[in-house]
Amino acid sequence: MTALQIIFLLSAAVILVSAVMVVTTRNMVHAALWLIAALFGVAVIFAVLEAGFLAVVQVVVYIGAIAIMFIFAVMLTSREMRDRGPQMNNRTWLAGIVGVLIFGSLVYLLSTWDGFNGQPSVIGNVDTLKQLGNVLLLPSAYLLPFEVASILLLAALVGAVYVASNRK
Amino acid sequence: MQDPVGFLYNWLIGILTRWGLAAAVAHVLITLLGILILVICAMVLDIFLVWIERKVVARFQDRLGPNRIGPWGIFQPFADIIKLLIKEDITPAGADVIVFNLAPILSLASVLLLWAVLPIAGVIYGVDLNVALLYIVAAGAIGTLSIIMAGWASNNKFALVGAYRMVANMISYEIPMVLILLIPAILTGSMSMLTISRAQSQYWFVLVVPLATLVFLISAIAELGRSPFDLNEGESEIVSGFHIEYSGMKFGLFYAGELLHAFTFGAFISIMFFGGYNGPGVTQMPILGIFYFVLKAMIGYWVIMWVKYTVPRIRIDHMLYFNWKFLVPFSLAILIMTALTHKLLSGYSTPVYILGMLCANLILGWITIEILRARARKQRQSVDPAAQVIAEQVHH
Repeated sequence: MTALQIIFLLSAAVILVSAVMVVTTRNMVHAALWLIAALFGVAVIFAVLEAGFLAVVQVVVYIGAIAIMFIFAVMLTSREMRDRGPQMNNRTWLAGIVGVLIFGSLVYLLSTWDGFNGQPSVIGNVDTLKQLGNVLLLPSAYLLPFEVASILLLAALVGAVYVASNRK
Repeated sequence: MQDPVGFLYNWLIGILTRWGLAAAVAHVLITLLGILILVICAMVLDIFLVWIERKVVARFQDRLGPNRIGPWGIFQPFADIIKLLIKEDITPAGADVIVFNLAPILSLASVLLLWAVLPIAGVIYGVDLNVALLYIVAAGAIGTLSIIMAGWASNNKFALVGAYRMVANMISYEIPMVLILLIPAILTGSMSMLTISRAQSQYWFVLVVPLATLVFLISAIAELGRSPFDLNEGESEIVSGFHIEYSGMKFGLFYAGELLHAFTFGAFISIMFFGGYNGPGVTQMPILGIFYFVLKAMIGYWVIMWVKYTVPRIRIDHMLYFNWKFLVPFSLAILIMTALTHKLLSGYSTPVYILGMLCANLILGWITIEILRARARKQRQSVDPAAQVIAEQVHH
């Protein structure tokens, strides 16, 4: 077992345990904190895959912004931060079956992919960040989706300002 | 002496492999040792930062500061540490114990994380990350998280108010800071701290983008939560904000984290705008870079302290107003101006380039001051009838 595999197994375990804790803990703030732990584990996996940019963006965007916004929402909306209702309803088994089916079919689909058992090629001494930047701004690659996404975000921004402004 | 770290690494790996360790295991062990040494250096520096901070604040307030233990009171921090260690460790009733204890650790850890990307000298650095500038923002996000954890877990209204203020502060001032972080990236075409330092061997970026340096200093002070942006502590209103319930060494961790954070941001300012480890004689003796790095970082830290102890705390609405209505548009304008002039002037020789960038900065600064003055005049007239009368008299 190589060091990379050990790190992967550890972070995968952290992700799974924290993800389960997110939905089972009764304290809303604890759920948010467990979610942060899960997202941090995903960042570690990105780092292991030599996607340093994605790892850092994962921390900035998810942990920095969404998690803090989430904590804000939890604190500002609910007076009682402890959920007292039952955690399961009578459709638990149905949800479990659907989950197992989806997991099984995903594993089956991935096992037909020829990279399933092979070792990934080492990226080596390539500046992946520069490549990402080039690809995002290349008309033959992802320029159009990139610009469409930015316009969508701009529209959301303008919409938020319009909703929040007090019209005279 | 050209590459001390590489020399030590080869020496250690030679010893360890002779002891019968596999090369890969030895590599991991030596890397861990390097991390440990870097952290220890940062923490020892932190002890003396306590002394420096106390001495400097004393000078600003016309006092002497610690002067009893050792020459110039230099061993005062050790007495402080012993005091903090033997204090009673109090956990308030109703506190969330695990989160409460995790918060100070995360707070200091988020600062130590920053040291991974600091190029202390041309050959001494933790890691040459190609996304170092974003990494700073990510570590700052963890710092914010630690503060909200502390505020929430203390089960104290003052602590929660302090944490809320800090988060509002950090989320707002992150925007101008990230925009200004893009400017060294534009100038060098890289987000790596080492590349940014190397690119300044001829001239410092402060000559090219002085306005960006100023805005970065302001937003760094806000990110640090130091005066005039220390609303999270606000001793006169909310006692001491998010760390009100912490005693002993747990408070000590927050305090140490704050001081080291301030020093680290002084170091970032020096790396991005004042040439980092570059200085006379560094090409011959790379190890000399440590001296220049610490010197420049200390000067940056001193400027941050200077601002802290001379400028009074501002109100929270003023703080947010200043950020959203002034700093964000201003840093956007700086970004656009820098990108355009850099592209236009990059073909010319260095003196022409520096002079052109400097002129562009002066023009932008002058326009900004004119806009601000016009706004201030308008505002004064709308609230103060006397000023209106005077303005009319001057006009006639």
